[in-house]
Amino acid sequence: MEGGNVVVSRRSNDGFGVSPYDPEEAHVLAVDDSLVDRKIIEKLLKISSCKVTAVDSGRRALQFLGLDEEKSSSVSFDGLKVDLIITDYCMPGMTGYELLKKIKESSTFREIPVVIMSSENVLARIDRCLEEGAEDFIMKPVKLSDVKRLKDYMMREVGFGSENNGGIDKRKLQESCDLNSSEPPVTSSTSPSQLPEPPSRSPISSPSVPSSIPTPLDSPIRRLKITNTG
Amino acid sequence: MDGVVQLQKQLVDYIASLFHEGFLDEQFNQLQQLQDESNPDFVVEVVSLFFEDSERLLNELAKALEQKTIDFRKVDAHVHQFKGSSSSIGAHRVQKVCIAFRNYCEEQNVEGCLKCLQQVKHEYSLVRNKLETLFQLEKQIIAAGGSLPAT
Repeated sequence: MEGGNVVVSRRSNDGFGVSPYDPEEAHVLAVDDSLVDRKIIEKLLKISSCKVTAVDSGRRALQFLGLDEEKSSSVSFDGLKVDLIITDYCMPGMTGYELLKKIKESSTFREIPVVIMSSENVLARIDRCLEEGAEDFIMKPVKLSDVKRLKDYMMREVGFGSENNGGIDKRKLQESCDLNSSEPPVTSSTSPSQLPEPPSRSPISSPSVPSSIPTPLDSPIRRLKITNTG
Repeated sequence: MDGVVQLQKQLVDYIASLFHEGFLDEQFNQLQQLQDESNPDFVVEVVSLFFEDSERLLNELAKALEQKTIDFRKVDAHVHQFKGSSSSIGAHRVQKVCIAFRNYCEEQNVEGCLKCLQQVKHEYSLVRNKLETLFQLEKQIIAAGGSLPAT
């Protein structure tokens, strides 16, 4: 199966290096306003044999995709297909959530899996993103194991076409979220009304998120990141 | 050759102490794992970006806290960025101060914020020194013909 070959050929540690016969190395569009994080995510992706385009804002991401309001083109600037979009949540201007929505509203690009990254484990935020169609939600700081997991989404998309494996993951994650509802998640001390977060909300005003509280280890996102207390 | 071995041991011990004392955390290991022959200066490059970014943020924070009327959202925004970048490179103690800092911003507590600014400056300069020492050691090893110990 082409998928299998692709996996083997992408393990550059085996000495294959850049796979010569893989015309479609996954192309990831990474969006993050932090220069440090952009450099890291770029490296993480490159090491995982992805082509990377890294931009510093949701605006630029939309421009790259050709979705900017002013432009009506439906092809990305240099014609490169985008296989995955990974975006930071908290960004000035357009948040990752707003970017996600714009992408899902686009008939051309809504099929592209979108992954959200955030340093804050806010269940309401995670739920909202998943509901809006995000494939996954990764806690920062991002690790190699997180990126390796992402490859699976792209592989599945490439290998199985329309099969919505992302949906299965979402369900799993949501079930785990339900299990957590009995525990005091980070946001339990703040009623939902304190996190209005309308689309135009400044991402900086996280009014009531005590991000210093370590999350329950069972949290669907945390369990994937075993280290680091906040 | 002995000299190189000595240096390598020194480096390993030094890094271990930085972890032990909480200056660095697991994320720093992650960065080191991303470094390879094709990009042997990756960690230095990322950390340099962190240094630049941090200086900028510290300046912005000082300015923002000097205002007659402090815009806490702005202060919080800067601290949020600082927290993020320090977390991304594994600068654990800096990150921790940022967390406390954000709490003071939330409370709009000027004194607390000023205190944290001093603390974060302090922790930043400590970790900066440590990392520069670390990089120096690495350079010495390479210059002496040795290779960096695997992490």
